[in-house]
Amino acid sequence: MGLIDDRFDKNVFTTSLDFLFNWGRRSSLWWLQFGLACCAIEMISASMARFDLSERFGMLFRSSPRQADLMIVAGTVTKKMGPIVRTLYDQMPEPKWVLSMGSCANVGGPYDTYAVVQGVDQIVPVDVYVPGCPPNPEALYYGILQLQNKVIKYETMARKEGVDAAERERQADREEAMAVLRG
Amino acid sequence: MDQPIWITFFVSFIILNVLLIGMAYVTWFERKVLARFQDRLGPTRTGPAGLLQPLADAVKLLGKEDLVPAAADKWVFLFAPVVTFMTALIAAAVIPFGDTATIFGQEVNLFPADLNVGALFILAAGGAGVYGIILGGWASANRYSLLGALRSAAQVISYELILGFSLVGIFIMTGTLSLREIMLRQHETLSIGPLEVSNWFILSQPLAFVLFMIGAVAETNRAPFDLPEAESELVAGFHTEYSGFRFSLYFLGEYVSMIVVSLFATTLFLGGTSGPGAEEYWGLGLLWLLLKVVAFLFFYVWLRATLPRFRFDQLMGLAWKVLLPLALLNILVTAFFRLIANGEVF
Repeated sequence: MGLIDDRFDKNVFTTSLDFLFNWGRRSSLWWLQFGLACCAIEMISASMARFDLSERFGMLFRSSPRQADLMIVAGTVTKKMGPIVRTLYDQMPEPKWVLSMGSCANVGGPYDTYAVVQGVDQIVPVDVYVPGCPPNPEALYYGILQLQNKVIKYETMARKEGVDAAERERQADREEAMAVLRG
Repeated sequence: MDQPIWITFFVSFIILNVLLIGMAYVTWFERKVLARFQDRLGPTRTGPAGLLQPLADAVKLLGKEDLVPAAADKWVFLFAPVVTFMTALIAAAVIPFGDTATIFGQEVNLFPADLNVGALFILAAGGAGVYGIILGGWASANRYSLLGALRSAAQVISYELILGFSLVGIFIMTGTLSLREIMLRQHETLSIGPLEVSNWFILSQPLAFVLFMIGAVAETNRAPFDLPEAESELVAGFHTEYSGFRFSLYFLGEYVSMIVVSLFATTLFLGGTSGPGAEEYWGLGLLWLLLKVVAFLFFYVWLRATLPRFRFDQLMGLAWKVLLPLALLNILVTAFFRLIANGEVF
C-alpha cells in the first residue's frame, strides 16, 4: 500500500475506478441488522412490503458485522450498550458508514441522564443524521438517499496510508470512544 | 464420439462462463421472485429492473477489506471458501447438455466429459464441498461458525445417504451410472396402451423424485434446511467471520450448487434435453433444458418463501426415520419389478 502513496494525482483512471467501485458500494449497502429501541420498529417497517427499503436500493440486512457496510444506529444508546455498539463498528470491514437514526442516537433525545450516551457520534463516526422521534420510514429513506450521494463521492486513493497507519488511527479512535463511555 | 481436445476445451470454457453468469443472475432471480412472494418489488434502482444488481454486489464485495480474525487459523481460513466454490463448479463437468451435435460442419459433443460413473462423481463433489464449510467454520475460531459447520456436517452425512439411495432405482432400471446414457434412455418413447409418452424417469420413479428433491435442498443448505447458516440462532453460521470476496465465494458456491443440482435433477428425472423438436435441433434441446432448470430454481425460491426452518431434531428425524425407509422401500420395489421384467421370477 505504501508504494503508491502520493504517486498519482487524480486522473481519469483513478477517478473512473473510484466511480465504478463507489457505484457498487452505493448500490449494495448491506446494513447490520440490529435495533436498540423504538426507532428499530420504524426501521423494520421501512424494510417491509410497503416501503421495501431493503431490496429496492439493493440493500440487504446481514446479521454478521463482517459482511455489513452500513450501521444504522436505531434507538437510545445507553452507557452499557455503548461498548457493544463500538465493538460491532470495529468488527465491520472497511469501507463502512454509520447512519444515526432518531433523536436519541443523534443527541441523547429526551434522556438527559447519567445512563445514556449523549449522541452516538461520541463513540462512532456518524455520516448521516436522521432527525425525528422516531423518524418515519420516509425520513429514513431520505437519509439513505443522502448517504448514497455521500458514498458516490468516496475517495479510495485518499485513504491509502498503509495498514499500520490505519490500525494506529483505529486504536486512537477506539480509546477516545472508551474514554467518553467511562467519563 | 472422439473429437479434438480443443473442442472439449472450448465447450468447457463456454459452459463455465455461462454457469458463472447464470449464478450471478440466479441471485437476481431469487431476490425478484422472493420479493414478489412477499408483496414487495425487489431491486429496481440498480439498472433497468435491478438487472445490474449482481454486478454492483460483486464490485462492492471485491472492494471490501479482507479480514482475518486474530485467533483464526490463517491459511485454512483463507483456503476454505475456495474448496466450496471449486467443488461446486467441478460437478458441472459431467452434466450432458445434449448429445453429439454438428456445428459448422464439426462434430461437437455437448458434454464436457462422459464419465462412466458420472452420477457418483456429482455426489462425491457435493460431499467434498462440505469440507470447505467444516474447515471454514473450524478455522474461524468462532463458536457460531463452529456450530454451523458441525450442523452442516451432520446434515450432509444424513441427506447424502437419501440422495444416493433415491438414485439407486434409476441405476437398477438403466444399468448404468453415466449421465449421458441415462439421459438418452429418457429420449425413448414409452407406450402405455394407446398413450405414447416420453420415458422420463419421474413417471416410473415418482417416489425417488420426491426423495431426491428433499435431499437436494438439504444438500445445498437451502431453506427450509438452511440450519448451518440460521441467522436467528447462529448470526450467519459457518461464514460469520468471512468478509468481502471470501464471503461471496461461499455465497456463490451455494448458488452454483443450486444450478448444478437442478441440472442433475433434470438429467435424471425430466429427460435432460428431451422435448418436442429436441431430436432434430440441438439448440431447441438446450432451450428445453434451460426451461426445466429455471422451473427447478423457481421451486427452490418457492420453498424458501413458504416454509419455516426445521428444528435440528426434526431435521435428523425426517432423514433417518422417514426418508431412509422410504428410499430403501423404493429400491426394493424397483428391484422386484426389474426381476419380473427380466423373467427371473414367476
